[in-house]
Amino acid sequence: MLSRVANTLYWMVRYVERADNLARLIDVNQQLLLDFESLDSERLRGFWHPIISSTGDEEAFSKLYDASGSDEVIRYLTDDSRNPNCITSCIALARENARTVRDQLSDELWEELNSLYLFSRSDEAHRLIDSDPPRYYENIRRSAVTFLGIAASTISRNEAWVFMDLGRHLERADKTTRFLDVSSYLPAGADGMEAISPGILHWTAILRSCGALGAFRANQLHIDARSVADFLIFEKNFPRSVRYCVERVDICLHLISGTPRGAFSNEAERESGRLLADLNFGSTEDVFAAGLHEYLDSLQGRFNHIGGEIFETYVLMPERILTSPGPKPPTLSEVAAWRQEQHQSQSQTPS
Amino acid sequence: MEMFKGYDPGKFYDEMFSENGVVRDHCAPLYEKFGKLDQRDFLTRKANSELYFLRQGITFNVYHDDRGTERIFPFDPIPRVMPAHEWEHLEAGLTQRIVALNLFLHDIYHDQRILKDEVIPRFYIEQAKHYRPEFRGVDVAADTYIHICGSDLIRGADGVYYVLEDNGRCPSGASYLLENRNALKRAFPGIFESLGVRPVDSYPRDLLAMLHHISPRRDGDPVCVLLTPGCHNSAYFEHCYLAREMGIDIVEGRDLTVVDKFVYMRTTRGLVRVDVIYRRIDDDFIDPVVFRKDSVLGVPGLMNAYRAGNVSLANAVGTGVADDKVIYYFVPKMIEYYLGQEPILPNVPTYLASEEADMKYILGHLPELVVKAANESGGYGMLMGPSATKDEIAIFRERIIADPRNYIAQPVISLSRSPTWCDGAMEGRHIDLRPYIIYGKDVKIVPGGLTRVALTKDSLIVNSSQGGGSKDTWVLHH
Repeated sequence: MLSRVANTLYWMVRYVERADNLARLIDVNQQLLLDFESLDSERLRGFWHPIISSTGDEEAFSKLYDASGSDEVIRYLTDDSRNPNCITSCIALARENARTVRDQLSDELWEELNSLYLFSRSDEAHRLIDSDPPRYYENIRRSAVTFLGIAASTISRNEAWVFMDLGRHLERADKTTRFLDVSSYLPAGADGMEAISPGILHWTAILRSCGALGAFRANQLHIDARSVADFLIFEKNFPRSVRYCVERVDICLHLISGTPRGAFSNEAERESGRLLADLNFGSTEDVFAAGLHEYLDSLQGRFNHIGGEIFETYVLMPERILTSPGPKPPTLSEVAAWRQEQHQSQSQTPS
Repeated sequence: MEMFKGYDPGKFYDEMFSENGVVRDHCAPLYEKFGKLDQRDFLTRKANSELYFLRQGITFNVYHDDRGTERIFPFDPIPRVMPAHEWEHLEAGLTQRIVALNLFLHDIYHDQRILKDEVIPRFYIEQAKHYRPEFRGVDVAADTYIHICGSDLIRGADGVYYVLEDNGRCPSGASYLLENRNALKRAFPGIFESLGVRPVDSYPRDLLAMLHHISPRRDGDPVCVLLTPGCHNSAYFEHCYLAREMGIDIVEGRDLTVVDKFVYMRTTRGLVRVDVIYRRIDDDFIDPVVFRKDSVLGVPGLMNAYRAGNVSLANAVGTGVADDKVIYYFVPKMIEYYLGQEPILPNVPTYLASEEADMKYILGHLPELVVKAANESGGYGMLMGPSATKDEIAIFRERIIADPRNYIAQPVISLSRSPTWCDGAMEGRHIDLRPYIIYGKDVKIVPGGLTRVALTKDSLIVNSSQGGGSKDTWVLHH
């Protein structure tokens, strides 16, 4: 398939997944606050600030807003068009990507994403954000899940699907680490139950953000830092755990290249294999020895590395000619020129 | 009939009613079915069809709108109906026309017999804006230049069909023709039963068969792609739609590369050779090495591969010369010259400003005429004499005198009208017809075409950029 198309499908799914995860994160945090009777603004800040920190957008946020109370954070992460990573921006980007590969998508799949986009820009959506946020976030989540469901039931299991699956799991792995990382940014005694570390309510909220509470309870009795980290990082069978997602990434990469698992034919496969081995054989001892935040940070770095290598391998580099006749490969300057074009804005219109 | 109550056909040719207000025979079943609808029911169905267009993303982009506003192309649910014998006449006339146009293009890019025999004055060709002398002597696949033609037909008060113009470059709108049918079927299921309407769904198959036909590759299946300017182009929906219906890749210029005069597309598995390009980019933008240097949409080196015969383009390079409105004047003469036949479909009477007698006539009758620039389209660069102000007429007078080669004039043809739903009542609105003619192994024309309708009262301009909409077109089996 066309490199550009593969790249676009991959990002389309990543953006949908990102919007879905943000909606979960905000919704759960809002609900968490309902468990506390009265919170002054300073303590509210204690709940919302970690969310911004974990998304990695702290710097951009503080440039735009003076305060980091619930209104500001929610606005920034939900529908502030200045934030390219907010829910509505992600939906718009997903839809823009879908538009450019519309021919690859089933009508139903396009319609779902387009409807989500139209909803996110509707007056109804704006009204719900203020008057009934849980409904708003539920609409987003439902539509994102429906999108994945339609994709799963209408797209052939060909290369297009594998690139989409790849994007979804890489994004999901990243988001799970960020949810977990929220705990690292909590101020001391934020929920009034423990003085230093986050308490049960927080760990529960993190599990709920990942949709993992039920699955976790089926296996575990105690909710604490270790058990939650163990579950969300190392659980083999839970579809949002880091290990599960990385395994899917590794499978997808090998499906694309046709290289047997356990071997590698490019840097992305090499890094995914290495990371998977670390997760297969690692434990929470390693995590807490390194420090939870530091460990999660290094995971995120490795995800980015894999993402970068996927782009190098399948989008930038394909210059090998497959069919006969076999003329010489193009010169380096052509590759360089094409890279330049890649960096140009996509907004080309004919005059 | 409730829905048509108070409908006034006016002093025009009405597609549904004859002069005395009687329903034409071929429209009677439609009149029955639509006439009986309850207005509220009708409006719900109309709204549903609009929602269908919006949700499917069947929209066009409004240029110069930062918020990326997308609009649906307005759709009127009352179809335009055409009896079989009328369509047969159009089909024969359009076939004759595309054959002659292709013989003409081959001739002017080779021996130029028609110029040597002085049927067309040489300077008209040499000064045509879209003539490409650098492609003289280049052979193209199957000797065909226009593979897809979108000729615009209008019908005057006398009921006669005229050809208004030929679009031999990248005619657009075929997807609307197909989606209008889908939308109408969804909104009014059952209404097609027993009416004997010919299907239109063969279009993508005919298009693909034509692309295969012109492939330069003889070993194995050709790789065909659709080349789009990108997702910000106003016809992008159509590009995706047609590519998907044909099952071919849609590519942008940056997806293609030329190596040793062969064209390749960049895939995840390496470079794959491309044999046929259905291009939806104008000549000017298609190869920055040869044409516009600033084009970022095209493929550098593509013209080398094309000249070498290693890749085919549909349509070929250089067809724009036939779209020149001055050259249009000569199409009936081409038909006589190349085919020895009388034209089946007449042109609209046309005056050429660079002919002395015509110029005199034009300048003396500007308030009655439509004046058009030879190479503008979309309803731009024209003067509608009867509705123009004195100033506008004065401006055009100067322009015509300064550059007679680039202006033509025609009498105002009051286009036929068709009942159209306009804010609460059925009213007559002017329409035209754009059939899509495919020239591959044989000539194929999907029955009917895109009926465009000027939604503004009394307007004769049907272009979507100027308040036009469209209707489904029904060609009957009998």
